[in-house]
Amino acid sequence: METVKNHFLGDIGVMLGSSMRHITRSMDTIITVTIMPIAFMLLFVYVFGGAIQTGTDDYVNYLLPGILLIAIATGTSYTAYRLFMDMQRGIFERFKSMSIARSATLWGHVLTSLVSNAISVAVIILVALVMGFRSSAGVLSWLAIAGILALFTLALTWTAVIVGLSAKSVDGASAFSYPIVFLPFISSAFVPTESMPPAVRAFAENQPMTAIVDAIRALLSGQTVGNDLWVALAWCIGIMLVAYIFAMRAYKKRV
Amino acid sequence: MEKSIQVKELKKSFKQHQVLKSVTFDVGKGSIFALLGSNGAGKTTIVKILATLLKPDGGNAAVNNFDVTAKSEKVRQSISLTGQFAAVDEILTGRENLIMIARLRHLKNSRQVADDLLNRFGLVDAADRRASTYSGGMRRRLDIAMSLVGKPRLIFLDEPTTGLDPEARIEVWNVVKELANSGTTVFLTTQYLEEAEQLADQIAILHEGRIIVSGTLEELKKRFPPAKVEYIEKQPSLEEIFLAIIGKKEEK
Repeated sequence: METVKNHFLGDIGVMLGSSMRHITRSMDTIITVTIMPIAFMLLFVYVFGGAIQTGTDDYVNYLLPGILLIAIATGTSYTAYRLFMDMQRGIFERFKSMSIARSATLWGHVLTSLVSNAISVAVIILVALVMGFRSSAGVLSWLAIAGILALFTLALTWTAVIVGLSAKSVDGASAFSYPIVFLPFISSAFVPTESMPPAVRAFAENQPMTAIVDAIRALLSGQTVGNDLWVALAWCIGIMLVAYIFAMRAYKKRV
Repeated sequence: MEKSIQVKELKKSFKQHQVLKSVTFDVGKGSIFALLGSNGAGKTTIVKILATLLKPDGGNAAVNNFDVTAKSEKVRQSISLTGQFAAVDEILTGRENLIMIARLRHLKNSRQVADDLLNRFGLVDAADRRASTYSGGMRRRLDIAMSLVGKPRLIFLDEPTTGLDPEARIEVWNVVKELANSGTTVFLTTQYLEEAEQLADQIAILHEGRIIVSGTLEELKKRFPPAKVEYIEKQPSLEEIFLAIIGKKEEK
């Protein structure tokens, strides 16, 4: 076991390297991941936005956090897809029959997801800047935003790992993100929750997306964040830990 | 003779279905061992158990003198598995695939190892093309080359020629023969009798969960239907015709 542990980080590095090549050699996945959120952003800002009362001047500023979450949810479904495809091909079995840290394969996929989602987020922020998005956030606030988004990505990626490992078909593997992509719509991402009927509003205000969106929005606009930050972090870390445990369990079952 | 694999009364069931009832055989070090059996006979199950991917329900199995369940880590360090489907990463080039495996085997000179294997397997010209552009035979050769990184003492080839055209099949056969000459033990499964006849020192037939016969080809020939002397005209087989027409097509 000694030798295995010593090589754990090295093995993850090799896995990350090869799976990053998959992303850089098929940049179309970045486009596929970002195109829908960008379309939503255009649609909401230039079509619906005029009729939405958010109490802010600039709807792009209001909208951006929710759009980023949608992009990440879409992006993580590729982890499920890639993991599923890896298992279908012999390469997964080859890795398993080698003396390498067993979870290195999973970590390679998870870190790749982190990097590729960071690229998608950057692309979307650039588009938002062109559309008039401006932020008064300082360096610390941006770091906090990056941290929240990274935790959110990890939480969804580990969930995607469970799906990728236990899916029976490619469609099943990639379909898991649909409900998650939908969640921001029933949150404070697009409209203030005050405008919703009571039952919907109760759901919206207590689901993770609202806390995450509100925390990021406050950070972007340079306001005090308050409780939302801790609620958002609790959600992300909680989901991440639970998903990680189940993902590892699903992985051991396959090994 | 030293043994690379010792299997005794191995059992494995999937739910109600008993795939391996009681499998017993030995594989001598440095030999080519062919496990024959029809589809679904359990050949792959045996390979997976020996390669530590599956746990047996009963019996013993030792690979390079390490028990597959108790010392699975040691087993993994001393074997290589080439599964039924070519285990190459299609997005990566041939060279990158080899380097990746060399790094995962924790070799220091991974570039050199990759270069040597590319040379040996005639893949130098294709080294920097993505594996997705390779022909079936080239992909299989790369696959086997990847299995040889780090010089494992034992290599499993699970139906290495299934789905290959005749030329590619002969390419793979040559590779396997060369492997055995270099002292590596080869455990081969196949459903093609000719393949076993061409390659194997030792043949075992798996049927209904048991090894029903095993031995060298000569031994099997002695034990089974006595040779008859018949006079027949030797017609070329379609395979011979095909290969004669195609000739020695240039390998890319």
